[in-house]
Order: sequence, then structure tokens, then C-alpha cells
Amino acid sequence: MSWKLFGGKIEFLEHTADVYVRTYGVSVQEAFENAALAMFETITKTMKVTHAVEDEITVEAEDCYALLYNWLEALLVNSEVKGMLYSKFHIVDWVETGDSLRFTAHIWGEKFQPKKHVQKVAVKAVTYHRMVIMQENERSIKLEFILDI
Amino acid sequence: MSEDEGRPAPEHVPLEKITDHIWKIPQYKKDMNVSGIVFANQSLLEKMQADRTLWQCANVAQLPGIYKHAITLPDGHEGYGFPIGGVAATDYNEGVISPGGVGYDINCGVRLLSSDITEQDIRPHLPVLVETIFRNVPSGLGSRRKDLTISNSDLDRLAVDGVNFLVERGLGWKEDAEHCEEQGCMMNANPDVVSNTAKSRGLTQIGTLGSGNHFLEIQKVDKIFNLKTAKTFGITHEGQIMVMIHCGSRGYGHQVCSDYLRIMEHAVQKHKINIPDRELACAPGSSLEARNYYQAMACAVNYAFVNRQAIMHWVRQSFQQVLKRDPEKLGLQLVYDVAHNIAKIENHKIDNETKKVWVHRKGATRAFPPGHQDIPTDYRNEGQPVLIPGSMGTSSWVLVGSQKAMDLTFGSTAHGAGRIMSRSAAKRKYWGGEIRTSLEKRGITVKAASPMVLAEEADGAYKNVDTVVDVSDQVGIATKVARLVPLSVVKG
Repeated sequence: MSWKLFGGKIEFLEHTADVYVRTYGVSVQEAFENAALAMFETITKTMKVTHAVEDEITVEAEDCYALLYNWLEALLVNSEVKGMLYSKFHIVDWVETGDSLRFTAHIWGEKFQPKKHVQKVAVKAVTYHRMVIMQENERSIKLEFILDI
Repeated sequence: MSEDEGRPAPEHVPLEKITDHIWKIPQYKKDMNVSGIVFANQSLLEKMQADRTLWQCANVAQLPGIYKHAITLPDGHEGYGFPIGGVAATDYNEGVISPGGVGYDINCGVRLLSSDITEQDIRPHLPVLVETIFRNVPSGLGSRRKDLTISNSDLDRLAVDGVNFLVERGLGWKEDAEHCEEQGCMMNANPDVVSNTAKSRGLTQIGTLGSGNHFLEIQKVDKIFNLKTAKTFGITHEGQIMVMIHCGSRGYGHQVCSDYLRIMEHAVQKHKINIPDRELACAPGSSLEARNYYQAMACAVNYAFVNRQAIMHWVRQSFQQVLKRDPEKLGLQLVYDVAHNIAKIENHKIDNETKKVWVHRKGATRAFPPGHQDIPTDYRNEGQPVLIPGSMGTSSWVLVGSQKAMDLTFGSTAHGAGRIMSRSAAKRKYWGGEIRTSLEKRGITVKAASPMVLAEEADGAYKNVDTVVDVSDQVGIATKVARLVPLSVVKG
């Protein structure tokens, strides 16, 4: 049994100890954006997080799996260090060269406020465990990954 | 139950019964360098067979230079690469060291305080005491103490000095460090090999409890099983008040693990190591990657010791504020502080020869026998205290290490209950308010930063810690000293 959110773009699958996420997108960029939304939905209710502050991050890696890992980790680090919650993500400038992948993302959110925002659970780390990046068909990319909490 | 269980292993893992509590995974694949050994009774074993625990144990048996067996302890459950509740020892020179064999939360561990207070003394004060602790000890998202300001150079210093960094600043007593594993300060810590990202995460989180399964409990001694050893550890009578603190190295340690998993992935290619899972990434013990990881890990180990020391100091202060007596007069002594996620350089007897090895303990507690030089002098005749926390609302245990552990498990035993139900399943089955009411009916008060965590951490979502401890006791790898039960729980 799983929980679907945001019109089925995000699914939380069963996992004994941690958070097991599946996200979809018509493009790999959109699937990555939804992965970010799923991570913050694990931490808080993203509906209550406004888009008051905009940040920008650039991520690079040697393959698509490492890129997903680096992307989520960069968001986690930004969130912890700046005390921010994010709820909107837009990936631009996706560049693939022979041995590396890179993109820039605009991310929107606001400072965590205990009275306003819901505290669910803190994410400790992103993992490679059971990570899946799959082109299901021409119009759908599926991602799966586990967050260590 | 089936929906709560992980996916089964991708292949059948054969098992041979040795005794009612010891099972062997034979070398059924040619890449296995040693067999696997599992300590469990029938019911614990069935839970391990429902997910990938045993398959992961067989994968660990493939690590280069591994000695004797890949070990799964009674609380074993599926982890990342390595099962949680496991031990692997590899040759210091010919073997490998793996960040996955330690885990993301480096030196996640437990600290226990004793006291001269009885249950009757504390009952009337409990509600105020819990509120005070909850206010004094930061827990939950983004919380921190404004009065504990740590500069970048302080952060590097505490990563090297460990517990004494705080003791020198008045946050603790001189004798506290002596009652920690590694005397609260792991050697070889080198902040130069810790990334700036890890440091920036660490800077804002020092002295915070965190969330999830981390907790702080006011407990009472429920039953003493070994009077002499208990007395040596400062546990003197049933009804005595104790405090247990369970947390780790926060974002600092998580980032060290993450950074070095990536470095090790490259090391695997560079050193042509054959591993069956990306999360088993490792490097030869003699390599630069291994040395750097070990030095960075030691920093995170010390960070976690400091974190628990700060929290303990604020617990002592809270008792003082509420009971209006000095913590010294209340006898709030540190019994011991143990690591559950750590890699160590240790000497162990293998085929009658003493070898220097990397011991990976992932969700495992060191359980050294009487007489061992790494045990505090006042405990040395009895053996090392082993602290095993239960899940929220259940009992926790004090055990003592033994020679049997040296013979069977590289001086280790289990570390906790181990989940059997997913967080979402737990939330469907329970809700926070209901859990609170049922705990309160049993006289346990709860304070949580996130009510959702209450349902997720319901005790029904965990294996029975008493069963885990029974197996440890019966096999003899660590034996029962005392059972503790909670009076109040503070959760992140």
C-alpha cells in the first residue's frame, strides 16, 4: 500500500525504517523537481510553505544516479544551514557532456517558523539504496529512492 | 503484516541451524570470503527472512580481508548495503574499511545517568521536570540553544578534544569523560579531512537531540538481574531514577558519511575492488582514502560525544532548577556512554593469533569482557556496561560485556529493538493522540516536538527489545544487569 500526493506525481511506498519515495515526470527535470518536493513533504507540509525567498543552486555529477543524490543532498544542506524550507523547484540549463551532467535550479521557500510550519520528520541523508531512474514510456520518467530519517 | 515488510531478497539465502539461537549462512556464493552467522531465535529470524537482512549479511561476507564471519545480531534488519545490527571485522592491512559499515549517523549512541533519587521523590515533580528538560534541550526542526555559541575553530577543536572540550568550559564534571567509550575522545581525529559542508551542518546543530528514533527518557530501575555488577555501575535498587539520552552526530556525521561514500565509490574503481552493492563502497585499509575516512569519522564520533555531553549537562541543570538541589547532591552520575555506529581499530584473536583489525559496528554495541584495558578502571573487574534502548514506552536494558562476545562477535552485541513496521503503516495503525493517552494510562508522560513522530515511533512498530536482549543473554555475548522502564519521554 502506498500514499499518493500532488495528483499522483509523488508516491510514498512502504519501508520499514525509512522513507521510500517514488516520483514521476514527463521529463527527467520534472521528475527531479518532484523528487525535491517529495523530500520537503517528508519534512513538512509544503502547502504551508510560501515562495517568499528565492535561492539558486547548481549541481553536477558523473551519472544520473549521482546527480539525483547530489541534488537532494544540496537541498538538504541548504535547508539545514540556512534554516529554510522549500516548496517550489525549477530546473534550468540541464547540460550533458561525455562524462558529466549538470544543471542549475531556482528554488523557492521561506525560513522555518515553528508556529507556522508543520514538523514531520528530519531527513538525515539521501541514499543510493534501491534508487531507480527509469524511462517508463515517451511521456513518463519514474524515480525511486530512500531517505534515511 | 505483509504490506509492512520490505521486499524479499533477490535470491534464496540458505541457513544452517547451529543452536536454537545461532544460525550459519554457508558460503553459497563463490564471492563470499567467509560464511555469515546470525544470532536470533525463530521469531526474530523469520522477521529477518521477510526482508533483505540475510542477503545483505551474505554481501558483507564478500568484503576483501573479512575475518571469521559477517555477523548479524538479534536486532538485525535491512539497512543500506550492510544490515543494521551487524558486525564485520577486516584485516588492518589486507582488508577494507567501508563508511556504509558505520552508517550515516556516526556514533549514534546512548548515554545513561544514575541518581540518588527514588520514584516517590520524583513523581510529583515529573510534569514540570519534563517541561523544563524540553525547554532546555533543543529538539525538533531547527531548534538550538542561543547560549552555546560555537565558532568554526571551536568546532574543529571539539572534534579533536571530544567531551573534555565542554568539561573545560564548565559543561560537565571532570569524571564524565572517563565513563565514555574511548574516554569520550577518539584518537586520530583530523578536521582537515572533514568537508566545509559537514562543518556548516554541524555548526548549527551541536547540542540538539534531533528527531526520529532519538529520545531522552527519565526512567526507573524496574528489575536488577546481576546485583554485584549493577552496584558497580551505580545501579543500587529498584525504583532508582535514571536518565537515558539517545542521539548522534547530527548533520555533521551524516555529511561525513555521505562525502566519503562518494570518495569510496571512486576508490572501488581505482583499487579494483569487487563489491555487490554500491552502498558497500570501501577502500583498502592501507590507502589514503581509508586513512582520511577514519580521521573524519573520528571527528564525527567526537562531535556525537560532545552532543550527548551538552544534552546531559542541560538535563542536570533541569533537575537542579526543578528539585532546587545541586546535581552533585542528586547523584546525577554518568554511568556510561556507548557508540552504536562506529569503526574501530582493535586487536582480536583469530585462529589463536592476535590480529589488528577494522571492526565495523553498525547498529551494534561494543561488549568487552572483564579485565579489558579499554574499560574504565572502576568497572574493569565486571566488564563493560552495554546500553540497549528500547522503543518509545518500552523497557531499556543495561547489560555487561563478556569473553563470549570476544570469541563470537568481535566483542559486540545488539543495539536496540529494530523496526518491524513502516512509519506510514504505524501512522495508519496508530495516531499520536492515542499513543499519548495509552502511554499516560501507564503513567508515562510524553513531550514531543512533532506529534506525528509519536505514532511513527509507537512501540508496536518495533521488535520486542526484551526478546533481543534474551538472545544476547542466552548466547552469552552480553548478559543482563538491569531492566529500566520509562516514566517520561522527550522526543524530537
